[in-house]
Amino acid sequence: MTDDPSVVDARGERCPLPVIRLARLVRDRPDLATVTVLATDPAAAHDVPAWCRMRGHRFVEARAEGDHTAYLVEVVRPSGPGAAR
Amino acid sequence: MSGGLPDDRQHDREPAPVPTPGPTRSPGVRRLLDASSGPLHPVARDTLQAAVEVGWADPARLHAEGRRARALLDRSREIVAAGLGVRPTEVSFLASGPTALARAVDGVAYAARRRGARTVASAVEHSAVLVPGRARAAAADDASLFAEVAVDPLGRLDLDAWRSALAVPGTVVAALQSANGEVGTRQPLGAARDAAAAHRTPLVVDATASLGRDDVPADWDVLVGDARSWGGPPLGVLVVREGVRWHWSEARADVEHGRADVTPWVPLALAAAEAWQQTTATRAADTQVTRALVDDIRRAASVVPDTEVVGDPEDRLPHVVTFSSLYVDGEAVVGAFDAAGFAVASGSACTSSTLEPSHVLAAMGVLTHGNVRVTLPLPAVSPSLADDVSVFTAALAPTVRAVRDQLGVGDL
Repeated sequence: MTDDPSVVDARGERCPLPVIRLARLVRDRPDLATVTVLATDPAAAHDVPAWCRMRGHRFVEARAEGDHTAYLVEVVRPSGPGAAR
Repeated sequence: MSGGLPDDRQHDREPAPVPTPGPTRSPGVRRLLDASSGPLHPVARDTLQAAVEVGWADPARLHAEGRRARALLDRSREIVAAGLGVRPTEVSFLASGPTALARAVDGVAYAARRRGARTVASAVEHSAVLVPGRARAAAADDASLFAEVAVDPLGRLDLDAWRSALAVPGTVVAALQSANGEVGTRQPLGAARDAAAAHRTPLVVDATASLGRDDVPADWDVLVGDARSWGGPPLGVLVVREGVRWHWSEARADVEHGRADVTPWVPLALAAAEAWQQTTATRAADTQVTRALVDDIRRAASVVPDTEVVGDPEDRLPHVVTFSSLYVDGEAVVGAFDAAGFAVASGSACTSSTLEPSHVLAAMGVLTHGNVRVTLPLPAVSPSLADDVSVFTAALAPTVRAVRDQLGVGDL
């Protein structure tokens, strides 16, 4: 749907997929300073901010965009297993 | 018989027998770690069976069988009332805990209908409080008629927000649980009731998760319980303290002190009372045992990578614990534990028929996917409890790891 490399288009996907794809992108693209997740799953509203808190990133905002929501995350490096806890 | 009417055919056939439940499919050892709906305390189960023989009659009848049922119902009420430290006339039995909870709020609101219609409740209350509350506000097209007060990340009520919400004119009901049945966190009932009393607003306390497992709450105007929490059958208990303005709009004076539409089935009330007596007799020891076992589970879960144990670690129900693991599908993790012999629950969205995850986890701002919820049974219900928990704590990390590997997220 979008070719912006910093956007995860998880519309129509169920939990925990949006968060898994967010984590993969953040791991695979160390150059990205921010990542946006597009999701329709209501659980993403809670789980994207919770992921940020658990992994040490900063949750910026959730923006309603018609039939889905865009979640903006500021990536805080270094990131990886155990880095935030 | 060809050409016969459907009715004729039915008469010719033996009625299809109702299937008898067989043993659960998996033949191995089952370890019960989800006791929110039972099973019955073994002594209460015996009482229930015996009561089916002697207490089946309508206690309103004047014949000997009816009088016997009435005596058993009265005795059951006396036992529950004594256990809660109240008078029997203050206690009513309803069909279920959630029914009693919704009725408790209704009765306070109806009695105060000339002063206002606003209800204040915590955001982590039972859906029997939240759903009708939201519906009433929606029907009146006035969102202010139902205030949901925020909780902190441990699930504990924000007392400042509670006080502000109660100060809004037209507030006539306050509703708060003694402790949350999903995450275990206890609520500050004393301070919450003081705040409500300052506005002469009665406090409905939902003790459906705590009665029999934790101290009986003292700070309430209307109290609600569910016999399932103390090893009894599903049976709602509604206690309206004398002097509290409470009225059910559809009351029939002679049924359960005007708080129910039907007289309870006496065997259920008797089994509930028996379970109360049994559970009360062993509560101090049971609490100590389950509290230590929950500590073990909390410790084991907290060292699983990317796993959060939520709820208050100390000021909590002794027998409830929940945790969530990143990147794990709730349905998959419950399935993996089930296959390994463990019955656990989950508050994740994908484990129920709805897309919405547990409103409790959501209100706390904690991870909602990959959630596992444990409600320990009473030791009398499950004599293998300590062993079950020990095997569970050992299985925790490998099970979560296996689910992650299956989902291809082990490297995240």
